[in-house]
Amino acid sequence: MELTYEHTAVTEEKRFREFDVEKIREDFPILKRMVNDKPLVYFDNAATTQKPNVVIDSITNYYTYENANIHRGLHFLSEVATELYETARLKIKEFINAMSASEVILTKGTTEGINLLANTMCRADMLKDGDEIIVSQMEHHANIVPWQLLCERKKVKLRVIPISDEGELDMEAYKNLINEKTKLVSIVHTSNALGTINPVKEIIDIAHSAGIPVIIDGAQAVAHQKIDVQELDCDFFVFSGHKLFGPTGIGVLYGKTEYLDKLPPYQGGGDMIRTVTFEKTTFDDLPNKFEAGTPNIAGGIGLGVAIKYLNTFNFADISSHEHMLLEYATEKMLEIPGLRIIGNAAIKSSVISFIIDGIHPYDIGTIIDTDGVAIRTGHHCTQPIMQRYNLTATARASFAFYNTKDEVDIFIKALYKVIKMFSS
Amino acid sequence: MKIIDIQNQLVKEFEELESWEDKYTKIIKLGRELPQMSEELKTEKNKIEGCQSQVWMHAELKDGKMIIVADSDAMIVKGLIALLVKVYSGHEPGEIMSSPPEFLQKIGIDRHLSPTRKNGLGAMLKQIQLYAVTFNALAAASEQ
Repeated sequence: MELTYEHTAVTEEKRFREFDVEKIREDFPILKRMVNDKPLVYFDNAATTQKPNVVIDSITNYYTYENANIHRGLHFLSEVATELYETARLKIKEFINAMSASEVILTKGTTEGINLLANTMCRADMLKDGDEIIVSQMEHHANIVPWQLLCERKKVKLRVIPISDEGELDMEAYKNLINEKTKLVSIVHTSNALGTINPVKEIIDIAHSAGIPVIIDGAQAVAHQKIDVQELDCDFFVFSGHKLFGPTGIGVLYGKTEYLDKLPPYQGGGDMIRTVTFEKTTFDDLPNKFEAGTPNIAGGIGLGVAIKYLNTFNFADISSHEHMLLEYATEKMLEIPGLRIIGNAAIKSSVISFIIDGIHPYDIGTIIDTDGVAIRTGHHCTQPIMQRYNLTATARASFAFYNTKDEVDIFIKALYKVIKMFSS
Repeated sequence: MKIIDIQNQLVKEFEELESWEDKYTKIIKLGRELPQMSEELKTEKNKIEGCQSQVWMHAELKDGKMIIVADSDAMIVKGLIALLVKVYSGHEPGEIMSSPPEFLQKIGIDRHLSPTRKNGLGAMLKQIQLYAVTFNALAAASEQ
């Protein structure tokens, strides 16, 4: 099916909204709620971000006034729903600067995007017995396990780029891992457990000089910095809507047309075929080839609205506000006796993983929760990182652009309380 | 004292504590006082894998009573374990089987048993029941 919705592309306002964090907080109703009789301090943004009113309203509106199945009906509502969904795809295309909207495959999320690639690359013979895939030691399980499942089916080997004590990739080791058997590099843009922002452009250029395609796991990057897939020249880029102030259960797999065309469909079903007979079925063009069945229509529309909302801001304002929070919190945390930050890369996102001597992360998380402070504790689905630093778990605070310095102060105060409770 | 009486006594003790801070301070204290589990018992077999914290537990039958020893790497989990040991250890398997841990809800700490916590505590409760059922069945078999 041809995409015929270019005309609906809304021209974004060129004037950015003034960055006023108190006004921004007004857009997120959940930030006003109380937890354990204290105002919520939400520092678990690397797990999922909160949703602005416009996103919540778009989902309610969709089910209230616009619900119909897409791509199938010629009736009024079906056209409305299709237009909304495909407009969202266009918004995503513009947001990451893809060449065309047909390069934007809508998925359930980052995990499904990588599983789709592992599955179809294997069937397309892009990965064969004896081939090697390079990942890093700081990958999320979502960028390890799909490849391991593939390794069980084909004799493909995973090669792992080690990380330094600070949490940075060993780029020399990366270069040395590349050989004639390397057929793919799949790397995390920003580490969810360490906060490290990897030099992805350099990683991609090095792989390309050897003719190797690159997948970038952008789950932790998209909400914090401007992504331009053409400038990066990555071959695939995956991310989740829910970490971008959009709904859960919707995500994006961007792929260059030349590669997506080579890959077979992932799942079979409705909406992805051209003709079906019991003898032979032919498949639809991109992106439908990869989108079998009724998709998460409300999720897609919600993600489009989240992006439209984000587009009202200058990304540089978001990055600098988050960087200020990162620096302020880091400085205050390092004053706490016995506290150690895991992940001290020179270029970091607003994620702080930490441990406190003699106090288990579970205990830290439980106590500060009674003060309304939400952080993540555990292995963060990155057990190889934990093994690298000889830990079983860390506590992690992660900030979004709606967080404030005052909230950092509450968090720091809660940490001192933890220390007091466990030392007395 | 019967399991139900111990449970009621603990509920009473916790009712006197008003704030979460006080409740957790007490739980931490109970964790510190939990009799040490010998390192030899902290085997892979006795480990209950949690995503957030680790729990080790072992039980044996002594004079018809089930003796439970356990430990965790997280202090609050250890305190909660101490509560379970206080309630269940030293009782006959049959009594353990017929005594659900209702006190946890009454104290307001049952959320530590929710699956999202993944702290090994819910698994420990199941394990206690499993030991009790097994010891009970063994006792019944030896009587026949």
